[in-house]
Amino acid sequence: MTLWLGELANPLAFTGPVDADPLGAELSFKFLERMIVIRRVEETVAQMVASGEAKCPCHLAIGQEAIAVGVAAHLNPRDRVFGAHRSHSIFLALGGKPERLFGEILGKDSGSSRGMGGSMHLFEPSIGLLGTVPIVAATVPIAAGAALAAKMDGGSDIAATFFGDGATEEGVFHETLNVAAVKQLPLLFVCENNLFSSHLHISLRQPFDSVVRFAAANGMPGKLVDGNDVVTVWKTASELVARARNGGGPAMLEAVTYRWLGHVGHRDDIDVGVRRKDELGLWKKRDPIERLAHGIVESGMYTTADLEALDATVVVAVNTALDKARRADYPPTSLLFDAVYSRVADGRTD
Amino acid sequence: MTTYSSAILEGYRYLLTNHPNVFCIGQGLWSPWYVGETMTDLEKDFGTARIIDTPVSEQACTGIALGAALTGYRPVVTHPRMDFAILALDQIVNQAAKWSSMFGGQTKAPVTYRLIINRGGEQGAQHSQALHAWLAHVPGLRVVMPATPADARDLLIAAVMSDDPVAYIDDRWLYELDSELPAIRELDLSQLGPAILAEGSDITLVGAGYSAHLCVQTRELLAREGISCEVIDLRVLNPFEPSVIVESVQATGRLCVIDGGWRTCGVAGEVIAAVAEKVPPATWRMSPFRITLPDAPAPTSKALEDIYYPRADGIRDAVLVALEREVSR
Repeated sequence: MTLWLGELANPLAFTGPVDADPLGAELSFKFLERMIVIRRVEETVAQMVASGEAKCPCHLAIGQEAIAVGVAAHLNPRDRVFGAHRSHSIFLALGGKPERLFGEILGKDSGSSRGMGGSMHLFEPSIGLLGTVPIVAATVPIAAGAALAAKMDGGSDIAATFFGDGATEEGVFHETLNVAAVKQLPLLFVCENNLFSSHLHISLRQPFDSVVRFAAANGMPGKLVDGNDVVTVWKTASELVARARNGGGPAMLEAVTYRWLGHVGHRDDIDVGVRRKDELGLWKKRDPIERLAHGIVESGMYTTADLEALDATVVVAVNTALDKARRADYPPTSLLFDAVYSRVADGRTD
Repeated sequence: MTTYSSAILEGYRYLLTNHPNVFCIGQGLWSPWYVGETMTDLEKDFGTARIIDTPVSEQACTGIALGAALTGYRPVVTHPRMDFAILALDQIVNQAAKWSSMFGGQTKAPVTYRLIINRGGEQGAQHSQALHAWLAHVPGLRVVMPATPADARDLLIAAVMSDDPVAYIDDRWLYELDSELPAIRELDLSQLGPAILAEGSDITLVGAGYSAHLCVQTRELLAREGISCEVIDLRVLNPFEPSVIVESVQATGRLCVIDGGWRTCGVAGEVIAAVAEKVPPATWRMSPFRITLPDAPAPTSKALEDIYYPRADGIRDAVLVALEREVSR
């Protein structure tokens, strides 16, 4: 049983370009684009937090872009995806529009939750995202319920639950692993292990630093990968998703990564974070975007100039999206009461 | 005649027969003793894929029900003792109750929590609680407490067919209560509220669940003293609509609220406050008062249980004392 992350936790390792060949030109370009969208959106949100324009708690995923992108590539809008507090990357990886995310963060009616949720409560059923919440591990059993429903439906839809390493310290996480295994639910557990829960390093929270051991304890496959290598994440998720779709039951993907910013907001938390000061600079060399870009250029699929042009295009699109969100209306005050009890006619609103 | 517990079973059978997206999940559902006679043989007749007995994981199973509710199903989660539902409160209070609001009213969570009050019999502090007041405090969570066999069946059906999360709280002390049942009607829970269970003119007695039954018993005792009681069954604790009670108190000028929960911040206090806000001072013939559990955990010893739970004769005496005080004033 894997207990330790080993070299995956060593920022000096795994810094080279990723092998983009298995992706091919189209997919590698798409992955890079999605990752750059996430990076630029998150940088923009950080500025909005710094300036005071964004008030709601924003937990940013800069540095963690590859995991959501690599997993989302195997999911479709019929699948049921749930996330936690740090879910902008999941929203965007699934194809959510930056304008809807900015709108939500600004509390606008045009936001994905009509401005009622903010950064932590994202909802976009048209892309399969059925909810993100900040109560740690709370969406893990909810995703299992969506997986149970998928199983009862009898199709090949699956559920995916994204969570951090901190969530594995919650009791309900273990309850859910057990139930998912015993009921053989089509559920993918995706742990974005960024080594920190809030300010506290995993070495101060758990006896081992790899959480995939909990998969083994519940008799389900668990794969431990470099979460800053989008190709490896994509390949491994492919296997586990296919297994779940074909009735093989639940599985866990643990992807090791590092967040460049603090737990919440735009600062890097060096002032409060244990071990952060020594490590942060090193971890930035395991940049998932740089590594994919290098791999793409090395493979000869695109030139550096092509990728610079892509980045410039993304920056323009992100700025346009923010402008639209800024101009959008706030929700009507009646929504405060109108949404307490349901007025939705059918189950899923997609 | 149908008992309260058989009426619950009838409700389940109706739901499972007529609505293929209804399923039941919880601990003890395949066991003959966890939930009395209220779910007997359901797993045999409807299959173990729809009547799901679970590992000892209240929080996960309650969350699983929510996830299924978000994706097309209408699950009923059973917590055979309400005390154990405390382990699942995050999923009920933080998640389900807020799901519609925090996502802008674009989704719904039609999940029913069946929470059973199972007290007395020297079961003690952790097997006897009635926590309906906690739940009724939460916007977005409907709370119902059936007091009659008809409501035991029809409120269960209405709860499951509601598009909102609903706490359906039944009481094992009512399981043997029986009455003739009308034909099943699917009621719209959002249109239901407190109802007059028996008419009267001297004092309004209000209760929910077993306490409403106590009000009915008290009414009979007080009738022998020449006092006419109007009994109002709360039925729906949240969202709370007090107008039926307000109207009754405007006629009687007197209000006594009985509650099987604790006194402080309890349902009885809420009822009195809501009515006091609407009924002008001149209308009141006496101060409204409440009879509740004392603010102490449930005891085990029989001798202490005897003084812990309100009974009809005690309520009768309290009402008589209050009326005497009114006369002597």
